[in-house]
Amino acid sequence: MGRFFLVKVIRELSGMILTRAPKLCNFVEWRGYKVVYKRYASLYFCMCIDQDDNELEVLEIIHHYVEILDRYFGSVCELDLIFNFHKAYYILDEILIAGELQESSKKTVARLIAAQDSLVEAAKEQASSISNMIAQATK
Amino acid sequence: MNPFSSGTRLRDMIRAIRACKTAAEERAVVRKECASIRASISENDQDYMHRNLAKLMFIHMLGYPTHFGQMECLKLIASPGFPEKRIGYLGLMLLLDERQEVLMLVTNSIKQDLNHTNQYIVGLALCALGNICSAEMARDLAPEVERLLQFRDPNIRKKAALCTIRIIKKVPHLAENFINTAAALLKEKHHGVLITGAQLCTDMCKVSTEAHEHFRKKCLDGVVKLLRDLANSPYAPEYDISGITDPLLHIRLLRLLHVLGHGDADASDSMNDVLAQVATKTETNKNAGNAILYECVSTIMNIEDNGGLRVLAVNILGRFLSSRDNNIRYVALNMLMKAISLDSQAVQRHRATILECVKDTDASIRKRALELVYLLVNESNAKPLTKELVDYLEVSDPEFKGDLTAKICLIVEKFSPEKLWYIDQMVKVLSEAGNYVKDEVWHALIVVITNAPNLHGYTVRALYKAVQKSNEQETLVRVTVWCIGEYGEMLVGNAGMLDVEDPITVTEAEAVDLVETAIKRHSSDLTTQAMCLIALLKLSSRYPSCAKRINDIVLHQKGSLVLELQQRAIEFNSIIEKHGKIRSALVERMPVLDEATYSGRRAGSVPAVVSTSLGTQPKMSNGVAKPTSAPLVDLLDLGSDDVQAPSSSGGDFLNDLLGVDLSPASPGTNNQAPKNGTDALLDLLSIGAPTAQSSSSMLDMLSSEQDNKRSEGLLDNFASLSTSSAVSSSSMMDLLDGFGTSSSVPVAETGGPSYPSVVAFESSLLKVTFNFSKESGNPQTTIIEAQFVNKSPDIYSNFIFQAAVPKFLQLHLEPASGNTLPASGNGSITQKLKVSNSQHGKKSLVMRVRINYKANGEDVLEDGQISNFPHGL
Repeated sequence: MGRFFLVKVIRELSGMILTRAPKLCNFVEWRGYKVVYKRYASLYFCMCIDQDDNELEVLEIIHHYVEILDRYFGSVCELDLIFNFHKAYYILDEILIAGELQESSKKTVARLIAAQDSLVEAAKEQASSISNMIAQATK
Repeated sequence: MNPFSSGTRLRDMIRAIRACKTAAEERAVVRKECASIRASISENDQDYMHRNLAKLMFIHMLGYPTHFGQMECLKLIASPGFPEKRIGYLGLMLLLDERQEVLMLVTNSIKQDLNHTNQYIVGLALCALGNICSAEMARDLAPEVERLLQFRDPNIRKKAALCTIRIIKKVPHLAENFINTAAALLKEKHHGVLITGAQLCTDMCKVSTEAHEHFRKKCLDGVVKLLRDLANSPYAPEYDISGITDPLLHIRLLRLLHVLGHGDADASDSMNDVLAQVATKTETNKNAGNAILYECVSTIMNIEDNGGLRVLAVNILGRFLSSRDNNIRYVALNMLMKAISLDSQAVQRHRATILECVKDTDASIRKRALELVYLLVNESNAKPLTKELVDYLEVSDPEFKGDLTAKICLIVEKFSPEKLWYIDQMVKVLSEAGNYVKDEVWHALIVVITNAPNLHGYTVRALYKAVQKSNEQETLVRVTVWCIGEYGEMLVGNAGMLDVEDPITVTEAEAVDLVETAIKRHSSDLTTQAMCLIALLKLSSRYPSCAKRINDIVLHQKGSLVLELQQRAIEFNSIIEKHGKIRSALVERMPVLDEATYSGRRAGSVPAVVSTSLGTQPKMSNGVAKPTSAPLVDLLDLGSDDVQAPSSSGGDFLNDLLGVDLSPASPGTNNQAPKNGTDALLDLLSIGAPTAQSSSSMLDMLSSEQDNKRSEGLLDNFASLSTSSAVSSSSMMDLLDGFGTSSSVPVAETGGPSYPSVVAFESSLLKVTFNFSKESGNPQTTIIEAQFVNKSPDIYSNFIFQAAVPKFLQLHLEPASGNTLPASGNGSITQKLKVSNSQHGKKSLVMRVRINYKANGEDVLEDGQISNFPHGL
């Protein structure tokens, strides 16, 4: 039930946001919340916030995230985010936790992600070297 | 091909899904993948757990159910490797939420990971915990998180801080444990820790007053210094956004100051300087700067007043308001709403700009502006503001019309200086956007109209003109039809012309045309058509020349497929054709509707249904024994004690009062005549003068008024009955001449036990005595002789006594001996009443009475309840 609600939310918001003309303000009111959205080429980044949150700050946070994505993927495009959605999440988890801001330095975030990526690389290498050994041994 | 491969790789699956052209195709691909993942899971395939979960998450994002993968998350989290844990925790956050029982099983793994040697794994665990932990988990793991708040690595400390926020939100009383460690975070240098620490302290203040006090005493100065240093800091490339060093930290600190300064004058004092500095020195050409300014203004508005700062803040908002950047204008409007409560004058100065914003192309800005305008309305500016809004109504978008109409109606109701203006505005609104107007609103309009007798003519003419132009607005048509029905003769006779009016000539035929069009129009709904029928009935009396034509229209509805309309048509037709003599009495002008009953809404609150019951005591005039609601309920024999009777009880009121079983045909108000034709009607009217008069007028009221809510005003309308009663009493008297016994000599009855007389009613001006006797052989019927004595030195003229009884009683009133009561008890009036008690022996008699007379040129009304009848009657 909860999952379909997510899709419903996205559908509702898309209807509201995609129809807005370009010059209008980046905020819409939805179900008692505010939704801040920012458009980058064909992508819309939306954040749903409470009534007493600072909308202008949220715009900055969205931009912060997009810039970090850009640096990570190198001129990020939509396909990057689709095929590497899990990485987009990992990066998001270094910027926000439970919707609260975690780190304002892009450099720090990049460093942390890089460190974790190399851990993953190292683990992969180790795994493939073991399976090579096994493959050799059982030929 | 690896024989162990579990289907496709992640990116191949994504490609396959994106290549699907239809939803059905996509479902097929997803189903296939899910099947292979399930198989892989059940075989406990270690190698592809990672890939499977990634695929599952993608599928989940598309909206498909993926609950079978939840245990996989747990298994991956429990694996030793970093990549597995990483994806496992991500899966946990995406696929599960705190309501899942599975979540509890993860607690142990998280606990171990919080103690892991690899700090990145600790980070993963903290992140997951901070996002979705439940209250149980929060309690279990709080000690670990507390320890981690002091960990050597700042990246862990900052995650621990945010995790703590969730913990204290879930389990507020744990906040006390974190006070000192949280305060310590504010002394750090690392921006990430400062940001999260400030946020933690802010949230702790909200849940714990102890924390609030502590931070205010110990940390405030530090925070002020932090902010000042930050604002003064030179260029720092790592944190620079649009030329400002770390605007996000600026904002966090401002928010903490907001919380610490709120409600405390000293604290507010110590932050004045830094706030002034930020407010004046921040660059405003980029969004980052404006975000800081906005937060600064918000803080200033919420701490204790320092005159200079407040002025500064409002000025900033004023500048924002005239910015070309829509975002800035939006937030300004938002903040101005809060500013109104603090300095309404300052906000009023910007009224013109705000009004312009109501007409903006941007829907979000329009909404905010409208809310703000509504808060700005006061007595002095209500008229011009309303004019602007009504003018805009004509050109506004349909989506916006609903909001706009609602607000205009609220303003008009709350602030109208005089009824003429109110009516004018409402006519405009109804013409423009009647279909968006809520029912309560046009009902209130009708109430106001009836309360403005000098405007009746003007109103009906204005409405007539309006409908010519905007006949598709249903509500407008309804109100117009009602008014034409009531005040039809004023429409054609141009009665009560005001100076501002242009004269129009409307013939009776044209007026009937209007009603006929309304009733025949395909788009008219049931309510409108029903109202038209009643209006036609009234017009058949007021426009004698058109009576035949009206009758034809009514006849036409006899064949209506809708029961309500058919019934009304038959009944009205019957009245027109067979009961011409009483028709005029039936459709007399309605009495004034009681505004007090609607005053609750005038104050701005809009209850869903105005109480139909007696709970809301309508304005009673100077009666002595004012009954409280409970006895009144008993009197009318409503079943339950629940005073909030449902709307269909409107019919029951009449039933009870008249002792006639009128069948409510629908939850409408057609309590006209019961199904057995007009005989009951005749019965009623042949009983006795006062009751008949009250019954006929009440029928009229009910027939004319669609709104059940009005019913509670019934009792209140006895006052105005006296005027109508006076008019028709003479004709009634004639009718009832045959009853005789107009003398005041009480007839001595024989047989049956005798009952003591009682003083039924006594006020300083009047005394009413009841003498009882029983008819022989008929124990259920009591004959009461009422004697009225004047206690004052003035002569009372036009003396009329009325009575009402509950359902189980039947009351017949005979004509009084006279209607002039000499002064100081030098004579009396007597009147005979006959009461039949269907619950004889079980329930005692009870009666409500109302007495009207004229004394010294003034109308006097007294009413009360008589419950001191002897037992056994």
